[in-house]
Amino acid sequence: MEKKKNIRMKKLLSITTITALVLGLAGCKKDSAFLDVNPTTFLTTDQVFSDPNLVLTVLADLYNRQEDISSLDGNSNDPGWRSFADFSESFPSENGSSYLVQRTGWGYGQWSIDWGTAYTYVREVNLFLERDSASTQLADADKKRFYAEGRFLRAMYYFELAKRYGGVPLITHSLTLTKDVSSIQYPRAKESDIYDFVISEAEAIKGDLPADPATKSRASRAAAVAMECRAALYAGSIAKYGATTAAVSLPGGEVGIDASKANDYYTKSLNAAKEIIAGTDGAYGLYNNGGDPSDNYANLFLDKASIETIYFEDFKTGGKTHGFTTNDQPYSFSDEGGDAGRLDPSLNLVNQYEKLDNTFAPLATVDGSNKPIYYTNEDDIFAGRDARLAGTVLLPNRQFKGKTVDIWAGYVLADGSIFTSDEAGHTKALPGTTVPVQVVGIDGPVNGLELRTQSGFYIRKYLDPTTGSGRRGQGSTVAFIRYRFAEILLNAAEASFELGHPDDAATYMNLVRARAGLTTPLVAGDITFDRVVHERRIELAFEGHILFDMKRWRLAHKRWDGAPTTMADVRSNLGVATQHSTQPWGLWPYKVYNPADPATNGKWIFKETLPALATGYNKFLFGNYYSQISDNAIAANPKLVRQPNQ
Amino acid sequence: MKISYKYFLGVLALASAVACKKDNYSAPSSMLTGHLLYNSDTIQVERNQVPFQIYQYGFGKVGPIGSTFAQDGSFSEVLFNGTYKIIIPNGQGPFMWKQTAAGNPDTVNVQLKGNQNVDLQVTPYYMVRNANITVSGGTASATCKLEKIITDANAKDVERVSLYVNKDQFASGGDNIAKMDLPAASITDMNNISLSVAVPAMTPAQNYVYARIGVKIAGLEDMIFSPLVKISF
Repeated sequence: MEKKKNIRMKKLLSITTITALVLGLAGCKKDSAFLDVNPTTFLTTDQVFSDPNLVLTVLADLYNRQEDISSLDGNSNDPGWRSFADFSESFPSENGSSYLVQRTGWGYGQWSIDWGTAYTYVREVNLFLERDSASTQLADADKKRFYAEGRFLRAMYYFELAKRYGGVPLITHSLTLTKDVSSIQYPRAKESDIYDFVISEAEAIKGDLPADPATKSRASRAAAVAMECRAALYAGSIAKYGATTAAVSLPGGEVGIDASKANDYYTKSLNAAKEIIAGTDGAYGLYNNGGDPSDNYANLFLDKASIETIYFEDFKTGGKTHGFTTNDQPYSFSDEGGDAGRLDPSLNLVNQYEKLDNTFAPLATVDGSNKPIYYTNEDDIFAGRDARLAGTVLLPNRQFKGKTVDIWAGYVLADGSIFTSDEAGHTKALPGTTVPVQVVGIDGPVNGLELRTQSGFYIRKYLDPTTGSGRRGQGSTVAFIRYRFAEILLNAAEASFELGHPDDAATYMNLVRARAGLTTPLVAGDITFDRVVHERRIELAFEGHILFDMKRWRLAHKRWDGAPTTMADVRSNLGVATQHSTQPWGLWPYKVYNPADPATNGKWIFKETLPALATGYNKFLFGNYYSQISDNAIAANPKLVRQPNQ
Repeated sequence: MKISYKYFLGVLALASAVACKKDNYSAPSSMLTGHLLYNSDTIQVERNQVPFQIYQYGFGKVGPIGSTFAQDGSFSEVLFNGTYKIIIPNGQGPFMWKQTAAGNPDTVNVQLKGNQNVDLQVTPYYMVRNANITVSGGTASATCKLEKIITDANAKDVERVSLYVNKDQFASGGDNIAKMDLPAASITDMNNISLSVAVPAMTPAQNYVYARIGVKIAGLEDMIFSPLVKISF
């Protein structure tokens, strides 16, 4: 009995001990040791901000989501090519995009960035900056550079917002939602506040960014200063020319800048430009490798090591590529069957290229008595022009990828009638013959026939000569240049001109023009406002400048005035800033068939032609100067004031 | 497996019973119509260019119902019965719209109950008076008089007077087959303005055109017009 009890006691003791031991062992471990498991599918903020390579991936995402009005890859709504195809500078040769030339104006919401998307981006950059500065693991040098890059991206984004909306709420830290929603409802800042912010941010961060011309896809010192230079120029011109359109302003300054600030902004722009020109920010210069100036100009957009490029959006095989070449290559030697020819520069633009003696003249199609002029070679009509014409536009009878484009609209017979076909490259027997011959170019133009040129021209800028670049699967890796040295020179020229130094303006402008083969220098007396406007239109054609330039000079409602464009309009007022241009005209070459007259038979004549699809016209309203802030955004934040004239 | 059709029948009966019930608002049916008026004269504008906004409060969001006036200055909207406010945004139209002391467009309140006509009184900068347009010998000729209505500190100058001729009933800067612009500098007498333009050949041929005279006022983008006339010849 006694023994049994003992055994039982022992048993009890051992069970208790073991239980206690087990419990004790388990209890020794803290809850967190086994409850907190590191996730295997994502990295925590602390982990990311402890490794510079991981921080760079976060930054890469922010770089990738920058806003451009025109870009080579574009987005699903606006594929790359179409973002360049408006304002009558080109004709869209794709049936689904005919609306670009058939509408009679733009909606007030045009060119806006979705408000939610915009402030999501701003918030993410703000969070990035806060996390970067809170990080304890990063080396100081890395931390500083990342911080400066984040601020650069944020300033760039606010600049893009200001171009579209004027003053917007300036949020420079991440917001936290509390019960009181009104605490995160910010009113719009003044338009000048946003430009001041961009300028002061650039000044503040430039010292922390590398002054290295090889850094092109990430922020560099020169990129920050170039942004400052452009922003100050925009602000200066809005201040100066905004006075001419008093209706486009708001009493609170959310839209419009006081005219008295103009000179201050122009001075800032000029100083920023001088800093880059002097080489303080790195050894940049004009891309000039000799040879044919047209080829040189075209190559500047293809050569990624160009000393002219300050900041670009890069593309890479195996990473991100774009379909610009696929969409816009000449039809007759397209890498991809039916994909070609969408972006066709207009005669409105082509006529603007000067002759080599710095004078303007329309391409000569008729003589003084309205008789057609006969040319021996198809491209003779373009001889003696600014080399940037052939560098920007792929002209008839010129080459791309070693092949000649076949652009001609048909035969013109002895009686002046046209003998052609509605099918590109079609063969028919000419009158009086029996052997079928080709009667129209394989590359067009035929009215309404998409994917071939309908204006008589193809785009050359950005067109990638790499083998296979026109294939959909491969794509092109040509970079989209956001800031380049030539623009800095033109900024300097404009600021100098506005500050009353036309002699300096001529010096800066002549550098850009000499590279383009215009060797007769301009003198101070030649520099007018029209010249400034003209030079930017030509040098920076198809680079995403035209809309914002026309807006800041308050010229948009004059150039795109809603009246149809006549042939006389296309031929006259060349180089005049207010020349109206509302419909994209074309220049169609015809081959003469007149065996009875050997003097003209086989020669070429040209006819200015308005493509049949261009039934609309550009009409820019006062309400278009600043894009509409959506009613949803205003409903969510009643502190946002509406844009003027909307 | 034996399928029991009685259940299907039951479900069908239930579904049809539910679907019978109206579960939606009836469509709006009250017609709000009106004209832009100066005293008793209608203001003629360019189609689709002069907007107005209608607000209805009490439904959370505060966005406007936006639309534009027709060429003859008329508007029409089909709405639900209720209380509405109508404005014309600042800077729109060839006229002055009443403003509040803060410089915002003043509102016209409308209690909509059934069809209703609401004319909007505005003060134009100019009116085209006594417009007379004729076509003879392939030329359209017009005479008119400009009456300056606003003469105080808000007065604006004329930028140009234009004659627009079109083959359909829309005649304006964008819609025309022939036009003549007379810049302000060439106007010597506001009471006696004459314009003329050749009427081009039309395809298919027609023996009538529409025409009207427009006045562009400096600093405003919308033009004011004379009433449209159809001229047969």
